[in-house]
Amino acid sequence: MSDAAKPPRGRPLSPHLQVWRWHITMATSIAHRATGVALYVGALIGAAWAISLARGPEAYATFKHLLGSPLGKLVMFGLTVSFFYHLANGVRHLVWDTGKGLDVKTANATSVLVFAFAAAATVAVWAIAAMTGAL
Amino acid sequence: MVSYRTPLGRARGLGSAKHGVGHWISERVGAIALVPLTLWGVFGVLRLAAGDYGAAVAWISDPLNAVLMVLLIAISFWHMHSGMRVVIEDYIHVTLNKSALLILNLFVCGLAGALAVFSILKVALGGA
Repeated sequence: MSDAAKPPRGRPLSPHLQVWRWHITMATSIAHRATGVALYVGALIGAAWAISLARGPEAYATFKHLLGSPLGKLVMFGLTVSFFYHLANGVRHLVWDTGKGLDVKTANATSVLVFAFAAAATVAVWAIAAMTGAL
Repeated sequence: MVSYRTPLGRARGLGSAKHGVGHWISERVGAIALVPLTLWGVFGVLRLAAGDYGAAVAWISDPLNAVLMVLLIAISFWHMHSGMRVVIEDYIHVTLNKSALLILNLFVCGLAGALAVFSILKVALGGA
């Protein structure tokens, strides 16, 4: 048995969810992951769109009927929120990668900004959708 | 158990694989490319939602739209594969389950991405 195969005994664990006080930066981190997983499903819906288009008018009409149903619209609304949130927070991550905006005060402020952007952009896009007859 | 291996012998081969930086940079470059591509995609969806089958075929037959859509699909599926991979690696610690999910993630992204790209090309090239 090599040294590497020894079972780890009593190794220190890093503090996890239950020991931290709730904080907005924590919420942004969790939401980034959750919206990413939601957008994974959204991308599969996007692939289904492309496939239905290639299959012809009937398949495309079925796809549009499904997405145009109340449940389909609810899913699309959730995906819109998820997209704009993940986009804004993703840009926030890219800024962090340059080493900027990592202090507590700025990170808190950009958390609020990211949530506000997601809400505003979602409302804007659905307003445009309503005006252009996309609903 | 007494080990006769030297400290250096035990440490060898356990270090960096030397391609972490390239991987890290490629993840960021993919994310940067998705900023304009996905915003363009939102307006594409708005346009497509307002039109019928014929309008969608006409829209995707435009070379610019077809190419942007293929890039959007390819980079999105690659990005989401990387993201889901990290999620699986963070939460699943049983080797067999982890391996199965990582392979499933790769296959789902690869299959759905390839189907979507092929479908766009088929329509854009006039096959539909």
